[in-house]
Amino acid sequence: MATEAATGLPDSRRSAAGSGHLSRALRRLVRKKIAVACIVVLVIVYACGIFAEWISPYGYNEQDYTAILDAPDAGHWAGTDRTGRDVLTRTLWGVQNTVILTAVAMLTGGIVLGVSLGLVSGYLGGRADAVIMRTGEVFASFPDILLVIILAATLRPRILDAVRWLEDNSALDGLVRTGVVDYFVVSVALVAFGWVGMARLVRAQVLSLRETDHVAAARAIGASTRRILFVHLLPNSMSVIVVTVTMGMGALTGTEIVLSWLGLGIQPPRPSLGTMLLTAGNIGTLRTAPWQLLAPGAAAFLMVVAWNLLGDALGDVLNPRTR
Amino acid sequence: MRGAAAGNKLAGSVAMWIYIARRLAWLPFLLLAVSAVTFALGRFGPGDPVVVMLGSRYTEETGSRLREQLGLNRNLAVQYGDYMWGFVRGDFGESLRFRGRQVRELIAPKMWVSAQLSAAALVISIGIGLPLGFYLATRQGHWIDPAAVAAALFAMSVPVMVTAPGLLWIGCLKLGWVPCSGWGGFFDTRIIIPAIVLGVPGIAGMTRLMRASTLDVLGQDFVRTARAKGLSEWSVSSRHVFQNAMLPVVTILAFAAAGLIGGAFITETILGIPGIGRFAVDSIFDRDYPVIMAITLVGALAFVLANLLADLSYAFVDPRIRFR
Repeated sequence: MATEAATGLPDSRRSAAGSGHLSRALRRLVRKKIAVACIVVLVIVYACGIFAEWISPYGYNEQDYTAILDAPDAGHWAGTDRTGRDVLTRTLWGVQNTVILTAVAMLTGGIVLGVSLGLVSGYLGGRADAVIMRTGEVFASFPDILLVIILAATLRPRILDAVRWLEDNSALDGLVRTGVVDYFVVSVALVAFGWVGMARLVRAQVLSLRETDHVAAARAIGASTRRILFVHLLPNSMSVIVVTVTMGMGALTGTEIVLSWLGLGIQPPRPSLGTMLLTAGNIGTLRTAPWQLLAPGAAAFLMVVAWNLLGDALGDVLNPRTR
Repeated sequence: MRGAAAGNKLAGSVAMWIYIARRLAWLPFLLLAVSAVTFALGRFGPGDPVVVMLGSRYTEETGSRLREQLGLNRNLAVQYGDYMWGFVRGDFGESLRFRGRQVRELIAPKMWVSAQLSAAALVISIGIGLPLGFYLATRQGHWIDPAAVAAALFAMSVPVMVTAPGLLWIGCLKLGWVPCSGWGGFFDTRIIIPAIVLGVPGIAGMTRLMRASTLDVLGQDFVRTARAKGLSEWSVSSRHVFQNAMLPVVTILAFAAAGLIGGAFITETILGIPGIGRFAVDSIFDRDYPVIMAITLVGALAFVLANLLADLSYAFVDPRIRFR
């Protein structure tokens, strides 16, 4: 993660302070066993999700009427659900959904929107800063994830209507069936939730960097605002960004699962961890088939815990004050 | 501000009051923006509440009559203005789902339920988190320190959709200690499972905060002085360190106050608790605009005030923080 961030820019352009700091941090991170363990877990779980199509033993809608609500056995490692579908297969596909959605939301909301707004807000100051930060404050004032829920609940039907209209009036067909709309709605709702924290932290970092000599020197020799933002300020904010992304992914994953649990995420018959946990956590299912909770629960837990522990370790490594 | 007022207590406190006044003056605008967003989203959303309310009795005629009765046929801006004017006077309007019931009457008892539940959860977070954080700080460098912090993070990361059914399975179906669902007040056994589900994730934050705060105090000169003058380790710990380390931790109580209102959407729904979180989710699905608006606004108000309180108490505890 950290190497990627550090080598994102060509060598000549990389600011010495930023990359040295990051590579030193990376070396310290590798010495932390728990961080390495988290990275391994994340790679495995994410790979399982991404390659669900190839590694899952059954199809996600494949029903086996001879195996309804079966306990885990050699044929179905995690058991089967009420309609005889393999729980392990559905969990892998559910992980895929969560992986795609959280990655899209983090890339667009956290990284693109959050970082650029934070840079602009911190460097330009004045009216732009006021507008961006005040807007962020409004978004952040909604209690808990209420805004995400309201957004997802109100957007979905409208967007579905719009896409159906598009299908009727154009050559495009089957858009609704592919589930593209679901992905879009959930991403938008998660983005609204994800950008504020990142923007605030990047802004704070830029505010202190702005006053440093090397930025003043760059300005003095006539560097453009864009050059200062992307060559001088962005690389030096990398450590803040990396920690925020890592810590944010855990929360984002949890929120995505909550949304699909509420029925606002990926729609059935496509599997999602939230809907699986919903049916498995029902008191009737608990009575007859409690093992149904295991596979989706473990997948959700592993993703959230690995991101949280990794974020914690990275925070320790990158924050000079707690070292 | 920073240079001139540094060390000047009087100027500092004036700056603090100006800061508070500015934050409070901004508050109404913030709430106005939050309410406008909620209102717009509610009206932009699908489904006609009138159709939902009338169900099978819906016809063109009954629909338009009811719409007129409720004032839903007016200009949106007028509806919004009307609503906000009522809100300021403490009138949150009537629920669309429960005809003839005031929103205020509906949400008050549910908030009380959620508040009791949050209080019980807080008892668990604080009761375990504070002593643990304090203990870990005094064992810095020992293997137990990182191990316990990791364990607390572990506990925090289990989604409530897993812990709630998991505990139900153990506590209700296997051991039969508690009823599986429902609510009986603060002193009822049915509060145990939701309190654990909501309280255990909070232990991690509480432990880390207390640990950091204790470490900070342990490095202070007055602790060394206390040891140097021959006080027992016990009295240094309890009188000098613990009391001072507690101060920043108190700030987190402000956030807990916001949690009292926010409720817990998932936990309350799974465990059948008639709190505000479950009510909020139900209302969103039933398009009960007045209820959604009221819960969002009251929640936002509590949340924003708690934030302000937390900021202030940080500054109160740490004089290095200056207001600008």
